[in-house]
Amino acid sequence: MPVTENWKPKIVAFCCNWCSYAGADLAGSSRLAYPADVKIIKVPCSCRVNPMFILRAFEKGADGVILCGCHPGDCHYSTGNYYARRRMTLLFSMLDYLGVEEGRTRVEWVSAAEGVKFSETMNSFVEKVRALGPNVRLGDLRCKN
Amino acid sequence: MRRIGVFVCHCGSNIAATVDVKKVVEMALKEQGVVHAEDYPYMCSEAGQVKIAEAIKEHKLEGIVVCSCSPRMHEATFRKCAERNGLNPYLVEIANIREHCSWIHKDMAEATEKAVILMRAAVAKVHLNAPLQAGESAVTKKALVIGGGIAGIQTAIDIADAGYKVDIVEKEPSIGGRMSQLDKTFPTLDCSACILTPKMVEAAAHENITIHTWSEVEKVSGFVGNFTVDIRKKARYVNMDKCTGCGVCQEKCPSKKPLNEFNRGLNTRSAIYTPFAQAIPNVPVIDANACIKLNTGKCGICEKFCQVGAIDYTQKDEIITEQYGAIVVATGFDTIKLDKYGEYAYNESKDVITSLELERIMNAAGPTKGHLERLSDGKAPKEIVFIQCVGSRCSDDRGKPYCSKICCMYTAKHAMLIRDKYPDTNVTVFYIDVRTPGKNFDEFYRRAVEDYGVNYVKGQVGKVAPQPDGSLMVHGVDLLENKQIVKKADMVVLATAIEPNPDVRKIATMLTASIDTNNFLTEAHPKLRPVESPTAGVFLSGVCQGPKDIPETVAQAGAAAVKVIGLLAKDKLKTNPCTAKADELRCNGCSQCANVCPYGAISYETKQVNDHGIREDRRIAVVNSALCQGCGACTVTCPSGAMDLQGFSNRQIIAEVDAICR
Ligand SMILES: Cc1cc2nc3c(=O)[nH]c(=O)nc-3n(C[C@H](O)[C@H](O)[C@H](O)COP(=O)(O)OP(=O)(O)OC[C@H]3O[C@@H](n4cnc5c(N)ncnc54)[C@H](O)[C@@H]3O)c2cc1C
Ligand code: SF4
Ligand code: SF4
Repeated sequence: MPVTENWKPKIVAFCCNWCSYAGADLAGSSRLAYPADVKIIKVPCSCRVNPMFILRAFEKGADGVILCGCHPGDCHYSTGNYYARRRMTLLFSMLDYLGVEEGRTRVEWVSAAEGVKFSETMNSFVEKVRALGPNVRLGDLRCKN
Repeated sequence: MRRIGVFVCHCGSNIAATVDVKKVVEMALKEQGVVHAEDYPYMCSEAGQVKIAEAIKEHKLEGIVVCSCSPRMHEATFRKCAERNGLNPYLVEIANIREHCSWIHKDMAEATEKAVILMRAAVAKVHLNAPLQAGESAVTKKALVIGGGIAGIQTAIDIADAGYKVDIVEKEPSIGGRMSQLDKTFPTLDCSACILTPKMVEAAAHENITIHTWSEVEKVSGFVGNFTVDIRKKARYVNMDKCTGCGVCQEKCPSKKPLNEFNRGLNTRSAIYTPFAQAIPNVPVIDANACIKLNTGKCGICEKFCQVGAIDYTQKDEIITEQYGAIVVATGFDTIKLDKYGEYAYNESKDVITSLELERIMNAAGPTKGHLERLSDGKAPKEIVFIQCVGSRCSDDRGKPYCSKICCMYTAKHAMLIRDKYPDTNVTVFYIDVRTPGKNFDEFYRRAVEDYGVNYVKGQVGKVAPQPDGSLMVHGVDLLENKQIVKKADMVVLATAIEPNPDVRKIATMLTASIDTNNFLTEAHPKLRPVESPTAGVFLSGVCQGPKDIPETVAQAGAAAVKVIGLLAKDKLKTNPCTAKADELRCNGCSQCANVCPYGAISYETKQVNDHGIREDRRIAVVNSALCQGCGACTVTCPSGAMDLQGFSNRQIIAEVDAICR
């Protein structure tokens, strides 16, 4: 896909209910801007995020996917984010191997008190994905290219 | 196709100033299944809710999307509104177009476009929402406290005072825990027994408290509000109802060899014994390993001397089964074994002792009747060296990585007490750091240095070498003076690291409560839920959760009691319906889900399934919805895709993904 002047990346952010979703709320109430390209999906815990969801997003045309959860040791369910971390490490290296560059995927720990971190994370993530341009590797082969 | 209504809130100008709400309504009406869409200045207001109510009736809505502020603000409001109007509350979804949209974007076109996408994702999801019912379960209004140290005693008294029944299960013959072994306590130097004994008596006399000493928890099943617990009451060989606690049996018992555990093995006791004079209950137990009668059939002296006929050599262990709504773990701690610390010569010299042994030596009821003397020759020590952090803050696997927290303070206490009672005995303390972050703690430590002339040396001890003349050569460094020190001492006291009671692993497994790498029980949240375990209905009290002194233990014990009272005060527990569920046709019983569940909510049952006309018995995962907290770990782990989470199902999340990427 040719990169046009006004191309906007599609970015899916999975946020856990207890920390990161609340962190995003705090970014909102503190009016800390980040690009509108980011759309948040609420999940109970980062460990709820099935690698399939991320593959699906890329297949459907997402240009970047970020997963945010509670800091290690602070997971509402004690251990969920450890599972998420392990799964995503594997998945992301596999995706990178498939041509979905490392910069399009990210795991970040954002607490309910870290509105600033949430906004900064999203800004830097979007910037990185923009630099990479549209994701073409996992696009749905049946439709557009 | 479900009939969906979309309600777009202006939130005054909070949303409407940056999001074109009319446009969102217009776009909503283009979505599949959306039969009604409207906007309103304040959706959460009474009038706004009336609009929703009317639309539900008029358009026979089967699902609702409210585009508004964060669900953390008003999801509950809109769910209740739906429920009042005959719509299942779980058929409501919120599109967060305020915190996640209007408040962070300035450009109206951009913000509106995003709001539309967020609305679409919510509509796509709500099409797949299942009407869920929050379950209810009854609460047994009684608590179990495991461990009868000061933590367990305090928790039990607080719960009992609130009017609930409490059982304490204590594995030793008496309640009291470590505090009963202490002589005086920092920072006030009041005598430990003087403040502990009244508490023990209060617990024993309380009409709502039942104490099972010499007992252990054998089996736990059930879940929050409804635990069933088997308790093993070990054979005491003494009839609790008859015994008057006169103590004549202990005097007359000819078997006097067993080491006295209460005095840390520094002297011996009789086969029939109570651990200490103020024991509660004041009824002895017979140590079956040491009793001559139980081993050879001869003797029977205690039975002869007992005037009330309380001795019963035929007693057997008894298992009782009780029901509880809540369980508190208060199993406390022990000091670590020093086998790996050969350099301190603890196993070689009787005059190298631990601080807990020193507590017993200083105690009037201890092995030396409270006289400070060397255990080797009974002489009064003139030169005492204390070594702090033995096994604490340790980077290798000999000791513990954490700070035991209490040792700086009790060492200052010991040093001060010795200097006070034996002014011509010199005391030197080797330390890495002195940590005194408590109320009146630093003042206490400074008193030891300034008023009592305790000699503090910053540095570690490399070796304690017992000498032929019975003295001990302490080889250390003084880091401040930057020099080696060799000091001749008569006694060396090791401030030994503490560790959770080794039994706690067994207890944690039974309760499916998690423990950390150091065997301390884990809190549900390290900051926000410090006295709850991640397992619903299980609470933590005292040092089993982490190193603490007595004031902190008592405070935490009270906090745990409050949480228990809050639970027992409820008649019914509402359960979160967003729990996991296995598809019986897909599950192959592999057990992987149970391995990742932090709450032990998953078990396996053999069930008959009808797989496309073929009936067969299969091992299938069954989720206990009262235990499941809905994290979703199992759903991703399941290799057959059988496990799914209600309210956040695979299909729901994928529908959101698709809508966003559309
Ligand atoms: C040498 C030394 C000196 C100290 N001096 C002071 C001081 O001066 N001031 C101060 O504030 N603090 C002091 N402390 C700390 C104090 O001892 C603790 O804070 C306190 O004892 C903690 O109480 P607890 O109830 O949590 O644990 P514990 O006192 O250990 O009680 C736990 C109880 O649970 C029982 N138990 C264990 N496992 C089971 C099981 N599986 N089933 C049933 N029962 C079980 C045990 O038998 C015990 O009775 C000192 C500690 C030491 C080691
Ligand atoms: S019967 Fe056992 S407990 Fe009783 S006096 Fe003899 S040895 Fe001691
Ligand atoms: S969702 Fe979490 S708590 Fe519930 S059964 Fe699965 S792993 Fe256990």
